[in-house]
Amino acid sequence: MIKSLDELQKIKEAELEAIRLREAGQKARIVVGMGTCGIAAGAREVMAAILDELGKRRLTSVAVTQTGCIGLCAQEPLVDVILPGKPRVTYGKVDAGKARQIVAQHVVNGIVITEWVVNRGEV
Amino acid sequence: MEELALHLLDLLENALAAGARHILITIEEDGERDRLIVTVQDDGRGMEAAALEKALDPFYTTRTTRKAGLGLSLFQATAVQCGGTLTLESQPGQGTRVVAAMRLSHPDLPPLGDMGATIATALSREEPVELIYRHRRGRQEFQFSSTWLQLHLGEIPLNCGPVLDWVQRYINKGLAELYGGDQS
Ligand SMILES: Nc1ncnc2c1ncn2[C@@H]1O[C@H](COP(=O)(O)OP(=O)(O)O)[C@@H](O)[C@H]1O
Ligand code: FES
Ligand SMILES: [Mg+2]
Repeated sequence: MIKSLDELQKIKEAELEAIRLREAGQKARIVVGMGTCGIAAGAREVMAAILDELGKRRLTSVAVTQTGCIGLCAQEPLVDVILPGKPRVTYGKVDAGKARQIVAQHVVNGIVITEWVVNRGEV
Repeated sequence: MEELALHLLDLLENALAAGARHILITIEEDGERDRLIVTVQDDGRGMEAAALEKALDPFYTTRTTRKAGLGLSLFQATAVQCGGTLTLESQPGQGTRVVAAMRLSHPDLPPLGDMGATIATALSREEPVELIYRHRRGRQEFQFSSTWLQLHLGEIPLNCGPVLDWVQRYINKGLAELYGGDQS
C-alpha cells in the first residue's frame, strides 16, 4: 500500500509539471468505443494496453476517454486519436498489440498508421 | 461474456449513459450461503415502469445506433445459468439498481476477471463521476473510492494514462490480497 501511494505521488508531480508546460486545450485525446459489442470484442483489453503504455511512458498530457455505442459493430474495437489541431483519426479492429503501436507511433511521434484507419474527420 | 468484470463494465456503461454522477458497486462473496451478489447502483435518470419492464428484453434499447440492446439480457442469462437471478429497480429521476445473484460454487460461474481494468475504463471520461467499489469476501473487505483518489490528486484529472494505469494495478493488487495472494 505504502509503495502504491509513493507511486501515485510521483504521477501527481509529473502531471503538475506537464500542466505547467502545456497550454490550455492543447491536450491529445484517445477515445475507445465501449458499447456492448465493443466490450465483447475486447475493447477493455485495448483500453488496458493504452493505459499501460501511457503509464510506462509517463505520458500525462493525453486525455483518455471511452464512448458508448456508435453503431460500427463490425469494426469494433474502435480507437480514435485526436492530436491538438489535427483531425480525428479512427482505427478499427484494434487489439492490445495494435493499441500499443498506435500510442508509440501516432500519439508519441505523430505518424498515422494508415493501414488500420477506418475513418478520418474533417480538417 | 467471459468475465463477471466484463458484465459489470457493461452495467457501468449503462449507468454512465444514463448520466449518473455517483455509482456504487458492491460484490459480496458469501461462501457459507453459497451466494455471489453483484450490485450496481446509480443516480442517473432512471426508467419509467414501462421501460423497466422491457429493459431485459434483448430487442429493447433506447439507443438509435443499433436495434438490439443486449447488455442486461446477457448478464441475466449468465445469472440464470448460474442458479440465480438478475433484478432491476428503477425510478425516473432517482436512479437505477441492478442486482445479480448467483451460486458461488456453480461450475458455469465466470471468473471475476480484471476488475482493475473495468474500473479504470469506467473512470476514463471527461465528466467527473464518483465511483465506489466495495468487494466483500467472507469477513474481509476491499474498497476503492474515486472520490478519495480525486482528493489526493487535487487539480489533476483522473483520466490520464498514468493515473488510470495506477488505478488498475492498485485495485488488482488489493483484490489479490483479498484472495490471500502473497503480495508485497
Ligand atoms: N442504469 C440505467 N439507467 C437508466 N436506463 C438504463 C440503465 N440500464 C439500462 N437502461 C435502459 O435499458 C436499455 C437496455 O439496456 P442494455 O440491455 O444494456 O442495452 P443497451 O445499453 O445496448 O441499450 C437501455 O437502452 C436503457 O434505456
Ligand atoms: S456496441 Fe457495437 S454497434 Fe453498438
Ligand atoms: Mg448497455
